[in-house]
Amino acid sequence: MKLFDLAHCRAGDKGDTSILAVVPYRDSDYPRLVTALDVESVSQHFGARPEDVSIVLSPKLHAITISLRNQLGGGVTRSLRVDPHGKSLSSVLLEVEMPFSDFQQVLS
Amino acid sequence: MNTYSVVPKSSDSVRIGVGAGFAGDRLQPAELLANHGNLDALVFECLAERTIALAQQNKANGRSQGFDQKLIERLRGTLPGLLAGGGLAVTNGGAANPVGAALAVAAATRDLTKRPIAVAAVTGDDVLAELDIDASVVLETGESLAKYRDRIVSANAYLGASGVIEAAATGADVIITGRTSDAALFSGALSAKLGWSIEDRANQATGILVGHLLECAGQLTGGYFADGVNKNVPKLWDLGFPMADVSASGNVTLHKLLGSGGLLNRQTVLEQLLYEVENPHRYITPDLTVDFANVAITDHGSDSVAVSGATFVSVPATLKVSVGIRDGYAATGSIVYGGSRSMERATIAANIVRDRWVAVYGRPSEDVDCHFVGINSTFPWATEIPDSAPEVMLKFSLRTFEERVAIEFCREIEALYTNGPAGGGGANASYTETIGILSTLIPRDAVEQKVQVFK
Repeated sequence: MKLFDLAHCRAGDKGDTSILAVVPYRDSDYPRLVTALDVESVSQHFGARPEDVSIVLSPKLHAITISLRNQLGGGVTRSLRVDPHGKSLSSVLLEVEMPFSDFQQVLS
Repeated sequence: MNTYSVVPKSSDSVRIGVGAGFAGDRLQPAELLANHGNLDALVFECLAERTIALAQQNKANGRSQGFDQKLIERLRGTLPGLLAGGGLAVTNGGAANPVGAALAVAAATRDLTKRPIAVAAVTGDDVLAELDIDASVVLETGESLAKYRDRIVSANAYLGASGVIEAAATGADVIITGRTSDAALFSGALSAKLGWSIEDRANQATGILVGHLLECAGQLTGGYFADGVNKNVPKLWDLGFPMADVSASGNVTLHKLLGSGGLLNRQTVLEQLLYEVENPHRYITPDLTVDFANVAITDHGSDSVAVSGATFVSVPATLKVSVGIRDGYAATGSIVYGGSRSMERATIAANIVRDRWVAVYGRPSEDVDCHFVGINSTFPWATEIPDSAPEVMLKFSLRTFEERVAIEFCREIEALYTNGPAGGGGANASYTETIGILSTLIPRDAVEQKVQVFK
């Protein structure tokens, strides 16, 4: 199962930092997402150094804010990327495989 | 033809709308809001971080007046409807030249109404003369700003709401600023209309919440949201820009024109609340740092959502300054291969340019950046490249401080037509001079705002 099935995400940028806000469709999935989206799994997924990844939780909003530093090829003013803002990184994040075997398990 | 209407406005609240969320935004949704929204204020956010540096440079070179001429179109299209209901227009579209923009807007709108339109310019954000370059630290790198002294083209501080409030107090119909924080354009307009003092921290926090939610216009109402599967947005082609009804005591209801397309619900509001915010517990603005992490979002259905609970944290001692620096040239180009073995041919082409960069020009091959669009251009860290693809666009890019190098790079890409592998089409390449942005801080009291009114 992919994160895509459980959560939605919006990508923003500040300089060379990509900011990915992740929210589950169902509030009850929040604790599982918090466990699954840790610095290790996120840095591995993006090929980023763990020290460039930070995660801020907003439990009342059921939101996870992931910051990826040095991930945008220098930021929108310098980057030579096809997508210099990293707008597509929300979709990239939602490709993360969730360590849940099926929906039933998630619902339980 | 679509018909549009709006829910009634309660007598104790002020209605603020957004007419543009970025410099390239559509014109027509703002006109619909101005004509059908019964607005008290309409805000146009048109100034990205680097736009002002580019505008400063164009102004210095005499290439432009230092602001985007589209601002005049935006205002001409909305002022008749807005002013008929006593509404106020606020924009940061003055860019590098708020006074020039105000004069131009005043001149270009004289025919619109019987009475003269008063246009205020808020200045003071240009701090190039005031900034102590030797004492300033680059926030991104920790270096001294002095390292970049010879390349600096502009320095603009992010101003808060007080300039907008002061300008509104003159009775201005239109307020044009340069670098004012996006949220403050809205909190300033709300403060003017609702009589909130800048010291009223609770209401200013609410004003900043409203500003942050509205500042990207259609991104609150279903833009930048649809995913084609789980998140569907009705009539996205007719995306309606949002409005907020705000009471003097700080109750906020978000909505959009009835009959317009788009979607406003808990999900769209939550995504925008968190958009570009690194730490929702501390959203820093020039006027105050606000905690968004406990905001309550109440979805009333029918594209109506109430928000509350943004709280004051502190008043920052410093203001952020965007420093524009000359940053050399960026050259990009591409060529397309289709059919069988397109990946193989694109790879040959990439290697040709890299090999010639070394053998003919004596420059490092690492200068030449290559991506396969359709394969790995948005996943640049993914190294796994498939053996075949039905078609591929090979995209080249390079940065340089020498214009001649950029020109030579573009020529090499175009030369692939007759000198590269078989069947390469659509070769093109171009380069632009680029401006980089560094951030630093300036003491609040080093910045002096000024309001001038033109008719």
